Amino acid sequence: MLQRTIPMLILSASGLILILAYFSPVTVVWSDTVVAWFNILAGVAFVLGAGNLLAVNLEKISSRRPGWAYAAITLVSFGAMLVVGLGKWGAVPNPAYPDVHLAGDQDSTQSAYGWVYEYVLSPLTATMFAMLAFYVASAAFRAFRAKNIESILLLGTAFIILLAQVAAGAFLTNWIPEGEWYSFLRAERLKEIILNVFQTSGMRAILIGIALGTAATSLRLILGIDRSALSKG
Amino acid sequence: MALVFAMWIGTSVVMTDAAVAAWVTSAAAWVTSAAAVVAAPMPPAAENVLLEDVPEDAGGALFVRWTTPDPSSSAGVVIERRSTDAERAKDPNLLWIEVARLGRDAVAMQQSVHVLSELSNAEPTRVRVSIIGADGELSEFVESEPLAPSVTIFSISRLPLFFVVVVVSIAVLGWVVAARMGASTRIRRIAALEAVDEAVGRATEMGRTVLFVPGIQDMNDIQTIAGITVLGRVAKTAAEYDARLEVPTCRSIVMTAAREAVQSAHLAAGRPETYSEGNINYITDEQFGYVAYLSGQMTREKPAACFYMGAFYAESLVLAENGNSIGAIQIAGTAEPSQLPFFVAACDYTLIGEEFFAASAYLSGERDQLGSIKGQDVGKALAVGSILVGTMLLTVGALLPDSVVGSASGYIGTVIRTFFGG
Amino acid sequence: MQPRKEQLPPGIRGLLVRLGRIDRRWIYLAVAVAIGVPMLAELRLPEVPEKKARATFEAIESIPEGSIVLLSFDYDPASEAELEPMANAMVHHCASRGHRIVFMALWPLGKQMADKTIDSVLKYYHPDKVEGVDYVQLGFKTGNEGVIKLLANSIDGAYTTDAAGKAISEIPLLANVRSVGDFKLVASISAGYPGAQQWVQYADSAMPEAFKLIGGTTGVQSSQLLPYFPTQMEGMLIAVKGAAEYETLVTEKYPVTESPERLGIGRERMGPQLVAHLLIIALIVLGNISMLAARGLKGGAR
Repeated sequence: MLQRTIPMLILSASGLILILAYFSPVTVVWSDTVVAWFNILAGVAFVLGAGNLLAVNLEKISSRRPGWAYAAITLVSFGAMLVVGLGKWGAVPNPAYPDVHLAGDQDSTQSAYGWVYEYVLSPLTATMFAMLAFYVASAAFRAFRAKNIESILLLGTAFIILLAQVAAGAFLTNWIPEGEWYSFLRAERLKEIILNVFQTSGMRAILIGIALGTAATSLRLILGIDRSALSKG
Repeated sequence: MALVFAMWIGTSVVMTDAAVAAWVTSAAAWVTSAAAVVAAPMPPAAENVLLEDVPEDAGGALFVRWTTPDPSSSAGVVIERRSTDAERAKDPNLLWIEVARLGRDAVAMQQSVHVLSELSNAEPTRVRVSIIGADGELSEFVESEPLAPSVTIFSISRLPLFFVVVVVSIAVLGWVVAARMGASTRIRRIAALEAVDEAVGRATEMGRTVLFVPGIQDMNDIQTIAGITVLGRVAKTAAEYDARLEVPTCRSIVMTAAREAVQSAHLAAGRPETYSEGNINYITDEQFGYVAYLSGQMTREKPAACFYMGAFYAESLVLAENGNSIGAIQIAGTAEPSQLPFFVAACDYTLIGEEFFAASAYLSGERDQLGSIKGQDVGKALAVGSILVGTMLLTVGALLPDSVVGSASGYIGTVIRTFFGG
Repeated sequence: MQPRKEQLPPGIRGLLVRLGRIDRRWIYLAVAVAIGVPMLAELRLPEVPEKKARATFEAIESIPEGSIVLLSFDYDPASEAELEPMANAMVHHCASRGHRIVFMALWPLGKQMADKTIDSVLKYYHPDKVEGVDYVQLGFKTGNEGVIKLLANSIDGAYTTDAAGKAISEIPLLANVRSVGDFKLVASISAGYPGAQQWVQYADSAMPEAFKLIGGTTGVQSSQLLPYFPTQMEGMLIAVKGAAEYETLVTEKYPVTESPERLGIGRERMGPQLVAHLLIIALIVLGNISMLAARGLKGGAR
């Protein structure tokens, strides 16, 4: 029973304190303490996660499961960054403490840590994000079909925004004079109308729903009505 | 004797000469400095120096406001605070403490303000302000009246939101109680949640895994908590169908919570022996490192069903397109409005916004949880009503002349202020 | 028994139906060509600054010269392509205007992003700026919106030293900066959470008139920030287009002669973006034509 009751009490107390702190400035320091506790826990849990990472990948390698080579690469990368980062290999000496190696700065590419960040992590991360351009094209080709009125409207707005976001929109509609009743047909005006009126109102409606859903979910959790996220028991 | 006298006279003359020389030197210096002072007069003193409490805070802070008579000739300002009793007890000569020496940007406008913090709430504070002239000369110090910071117990400006919170909470709790007493808890059919059984069953038939991704944020995000509660339900279905469920996580705490939820689900399904801790692992905190792992896993292991339930950002389309390319049935749910279009375009079913938060309650089928969903609809009705009233008022206001609108809004404002004792 | 091969209609109709079922890898190749060729050909197009870019420019221009501003780098290498151009232009704008800049980051890799901009723009175009006096790098602080809440009360609560380990009390620039309210302008260049939205919710709402708040964001996140403009946020730059427009304004007023390409990255990327958008429109049109062509066939359109 305690395995479930104590986490629920902590959850309820933390939730109520955070809500109270929003309305009562004098209790802000309590909410800062709650947030600080969470940050400490998250930091400690990182060790747990790292241990799990080691255990899982070692098991994959030892049992030669399919894809075990990737596990080996993961472990080698993990170990290398740990050693290089903690040991501050090649760190630029700190002018204030030139004899203290660990006071050095390792953000520049002179240090091993900075070099790996600049020439390995940064390009890999940017590459993964860049893949989105390809996925957007294939998703648009596959999913944007005018099957009914709503999808036709969707396509129409998509075309307007796609054109207005680049020079093509200005090229196609700059001949429409400003100040006339029909000058809303200029690409940049249409884009503004679609973004500021239709999209913003739709977004706000979704956000209102999300806010209410968040409030109801939080109440269910704080009051213990929904305990599925808590421990077994 | 005469020698002594002569020495005395001589010394006196020398001394007198030295004294005269010194007097002349100091007089010259005085003339020079006086000339300098005449050439660069003291800048005009600050005006209207006053202290004002910083509203709606926990105390300890005051606004210092002053007027700079001639901003164009001012180079800055010095603000000094009267020392407290404790500070004077340590050093009786310490009457004023410089707390700020600000540059030109602080006196660029005539009306200026600076925040003093870390003040004592118990003792009134007094400050004095001096303008720094172009040549570094300080003007006369002008003192303020004493004032102690006050502590705000309740932020009046947030009162309307407090009312909304109370109303929504009462509505939710009221419906929970009503549901327990037998009121109808019918919720409209949500296609994505009806498809959970179908998705897990498909995975069992094909002998492939079910992949559940609880988002990339930590447990302090409500979306992650909602995702974990849905995980519990999906895990129970997977345990009943004897399907293998894999849950790679982006945060260590989420891994722990996910393990607890899945283990509970296996227990609830009566299949504790089928629970395997090794299926729920921490991958990395790095967003695209996590996505790279998931992409690789999906391409190699080809799960038959993919669930994306939680907070997602740019990786949403990468995951959904990968899942589409392997032919998996995909059910997504997120409260990130910017990612919803990607999930809608690429997934078979999507839970939009509040549907995602209702998912756990919906899947549980428990009366009081379903009652809470009905309660949040009261909040929605309140929002719709407010929007309609506000739109109507704005429309009427736009059509009527300004004087009528001004009078009406002024009257309403007076009524509200009187009601709240302002 | 072999399954019967689907009978496609002959001629153009069959071709259109086949094109609608094209392998996605051909689409990836087309996108690669659409982006790569204009990039190599250095396709450049003029940008006409719109309302939001102008508002951002005016926000920085309107605060008194020499003001202390806070730039929060809330993005990582994944969003660098979209946000670096606006970050570079903003730093050059602030430095040219004589503002003193405090750099910080709410994302772990945001500090490296800020360092890159400091090295490539601030130190390059403004070598007279002195660290500690004209600018300071506070670095990354964990805690997401908790850091913003701490900064709203007191700088010391969030940062006790700068990124190099020097105590805050020893940094001349921060001598009279007690909290975020002492900045004249706060800019968040953000790719998600935590970012500009959290600055609005926790800093601007706590002290609404203390400072001007401007934001730079990716295109995907912009929809969540649009409701805040122009009331809570005085300026907003959206994606590469916003960056290109803002670069145009900044380089017109504060031109540079050496290596101007460092402040033209946004405009450089608009050429490939144009061709890519046209390709996506063409793919959507092709997909719909294929769907129409496939109507009436057994199995229908995919």
